[in-house]
Amino acid sequence: MKRIIPCLDVRDGRVVKGVNFVGLRDAGDPVELAARYDAEGADELVFLDITASHERRQIVTELAARCAEEVFIPFTIGGGLGSVDDVRLILAAGADKVTMNTAAVEDPELVRRCAARFGAQCIVVAIDAKRVTGSGEEGRPPAWEVYVHGGRTPTGIDALAWAVRAAELGAGEFMLTSMDRDGTRDGYDLELTRAVARAVDIPVIASGGVGTLQHLADGLTSGEADAVLAASIFHFGTYSIAETKEYLAAKGIPVRVVAAAPPDAGPGTACGPAAG
Amino acid sequence: MATPRIAVVDYGMGNLASVAKALERSGADVRVTESTAAVRDAAAVVLPGVGAFRDAAARLEQSGLGVAVLERIAAGTPFLGVCLGLQLLFESSGEGGRWPGLGVFAGTVERLQTGLKVPHIGWNELEWAPAGAGMARALPAAAAVYFVHSYAALPADPTIVAATTDYGGSVVAAVARDRVWAMQFHPEKSSVVGLSLLANFVERAKKEVRAS
Repeated sequence: MKRIIPCLDVRDGRVVKGVNFVGLRDAGDPVELAARYDAEGADELVFLDITASHERRQIVTELAARCAEEVFIPFTIGGGLGSVDDVRLILAAGADKVTMNTAAVEDPELVRRCAARFGAQCIVVAIDAKRVTGSGEEGRPPAWEVYVHGGRTPTGIDALAWAVRAAELGAGEFMLTSMDRDGTRDGYDLELTRAVARAVDIPVIASGGVGTLQHLADGLTSGEADAVLAASIFHFGTYSIAETKEYLAAKGIPVRVVAAAPPDAGPGTACGPAAG
Repeated sequence: MATPRIAVVDYGMGNLASVAKALERSGADVRVTESTAAVRDAAAVVLPGVGAFRDAAARLEQSGLGVAVLERIAAGTPFLGVCLGLQLLFESSGEGGRWPGLGVFAGTVERLQTGLKVPHIGWNELEWAPAGAGMARALPAAAAVYFVHSYAALPADPTIVAATTDYGGSVVAAVARDRVWAMQFHPEKSSVVGLSLLANFVERAKKEVRAS
């Protein structure tokens, strides 16, 4: 089945972007929000940490540990992980997977070491790719360049070549973000997503640019992605996970449809008896 | 009503916090333990695990936990294997060689034979067989659960198959015989459905506590 993955940006243990949900006690608490997404039927969650302080390791580890107590779907933590020891701490605290971006580009062997130690299934390589100017025009094939440091630094590395190499090194999945589309709400770069999905035989999570439910469907069909990641359309309450799933299912896309849970009865009710 | 103490066997194979928390949420008194004595004292035993079969089998043997687990299974203690904890119940695995397992069930563990991507990562619906009646009690009809695996069990006795899933062919998703239950998927990561499955196991353990 295709997976729907909300993504939460967190800094200093708090959700960065505003979240527009009714009934949350604390809209800035990533764990309460994550539990809510679990109850609504999200298939996985991704937390991208952008904490800058020297306490970031401890903050992220605490986030993983709290999340493991309240959330019963797989969750991934990424952002600034640079060593096998960073990965070990996050996984030991309860995260199911980690994403690696800049560190993997700078030291590809880190992917191999982490995959060998923890298993490929928990190593997600995040690729931020930007279309090379002029490529794809006048009969020239499209090409994308890998960017690192949160999209600020070009590397000169071809995104498809990097994906193939990272898969060989032991990456278990790719989280592929189009920098051209990120934040635009114009939809995924479907050519990019399809090109990577065809170049490797591990799952590709499409990211960057979602504005409508049709964009999610496009990513999973013509983009050939295994999963779709989105942030603002879910956080701002534009679409619920449930209506997203119904929409995709109606288009014949295999998704996990969850029956609505009564209040205070399931996981995701952070105020349920077991949480007290 | 007595709350059964459930031992989650810690033999160094992966993070057990999620399994322990999910069991607690399902009403159990959970102890994550490396101690053979604690395994022998518990009302029910859970064997989780993520990683390589060979390492897991070696750790069970060296620690003595494998023997303790086998004793409890022989004594009829409610037992739940999860993921690698299911695979270890079989006679052997072909993961990176040929390695012996605990041999509770006849059959072997082999790499997934499918035209689809391996590892199989993601949600799949279960199809229940008669052996899964206890496990599946009060579950919604269309129950999807979360899988992460490259290998799957091939039981010699088809009547122990409790549930299958379709991943480019039929794959064994759960097995059950008497008080031994095992799941290839991760109930602790399968949201409401997974917690219901774990709650059924906890209820089973409670009945044993009352009966004894």
